Amino acid sequence: MTPRRKRLAMVVGGVAVLGIGAALILNAFNSNLVFFYSPTQVAANEAPTGRSFRIGGLVEQGSVKRESDGVSVRFVVTDTAKIVPVVYKGILPDLFKEGKGVVAQGKLEADGVFHASEVLAKHDENYMPPEAADALEKAHKAAQGSEKTLVMDKSSGGGQ
Amino acid sequence: MNLFKFSSPQTFYPLAGRLAPLFWGLAAVLGAVGLYIGFFVAPTDFQQGDSYRIIFIHVPAAWMSMFLYLVMAVWAAVGLVLNTRLSSMMATALAPTGALMTFIALWTGSLWGRPTWGTWWVWDARLTSELILLFLYIGFMALHASIDEPRRADKAAAILAIVGVVNVPIIYFSVKWWNTLHQGSSVSLTKSPSMAATMLAGMLVMALAFWMYSIAAGLTRVRSIILERERNSAWAGAMQEN
Repeated sequence: MTPRRKRLAMVVGGVAVLGIGAALILNAFNSNLVFFYSPTQVAANEAPTGRSFRIGGLVEQGSVKRESDGVSVRFVVTDTAKIVPVVYKGILPDLFKEGKGVVAQGKLEADGVFHASEVLAKHDENYMPPEAADALEKAHKAAQGSEKTLVMDKSSGGGQ
Repeated sequence: MNLFKFSSPQTFYPLAGRLAPLFWGLAAVLGAVGLYIGFFVAPTDFQQGDSYRIIFIHVPAAWMSMFLYLVMAVWAAVGLVLNTRLSSMMATALAPTGALMTFIALWTGSLWGRPTWGTWWVWDARLTSELILLFLYIGFMALHASIDEPRRADKAAAILAIVGVVNVPIIYFSVKWWNTLHQGSSVSLTKSPSMAATMLAGMLVMALAFWMYSIAAGLTRVRSIILERERNSAWAGAMQEN
């Protein structure tokens, strides 16, 4: 290999590495930069129609219901402003809970129900021992009286 | 004392040899203390139970993966601008450790994601940009290794390292800028940490341990690189004869 060809190979190699990197970034920007849409965006028709996408939000309190077949589950995803009803057939992750974060992939069908093919739990960045969480929850409830809320309070480590 | 004395490979070689054992020792002690806090002192988490404990490896590795890239790029840029051989050798010495940290962050993240999120991997902005960081490290090492002449290799790899710096803030701020499955930062400069004190202590001690390990590994590796590249010089030759 002559020095000139070696230099050429070097330049091409460097450009290729950068190109792959940039392409991966751009690809992520296009299809996945918005990893999920909120129920408000879905209500405003910002989510794609006719193809699969992800919705994210909180599982509404008291909305999780098992179907009679034992594997299908219905729940409602909320961002406290709008809601999207979801039906999913499969195993839910351990951290899936009412009042906690969730990301579901699937399609919005004509009946207005989001048919999920995959449900992931989105946990927050708060870590504390269970006793501390209990104490916070009690203080939270005392402060709010009997008022029911779905709003995640950042200072309380995930609200309910 | 003239610190620039140590900017030549010949004088830095024995200095690195004296410093490396110190940092290896600190890494071992801090690692043992950090793991003890992580496994035996820190309480279980209120929603994740014990599976959150991988945070004691995951977060320090992820921090080091980003920080080492910045250090590597700075050394590479210094080598490019000032034409100092030792700077470029430092950049080359840090790349494998940075790649290792990136791999550990991705691997432990995957192990953590399965029981908590319900998936090994998703293409969200945080995970994708961290994977690109791994490719940048591998690209840096491959480009450097593919050019026979060391100084030319230094220059070419330096440019790649500098271009890749753009990715580091993307990784760090990805969870703020976009909707991601990955949760936000528990520890940052702008707000108080959102973890219990003992958990935070364990994580910070482990971060220090990873830091010491990276310095020790970098110093040890740069000694090999110095010897390899200076093998034809008088001082290295004299050392071989002894």
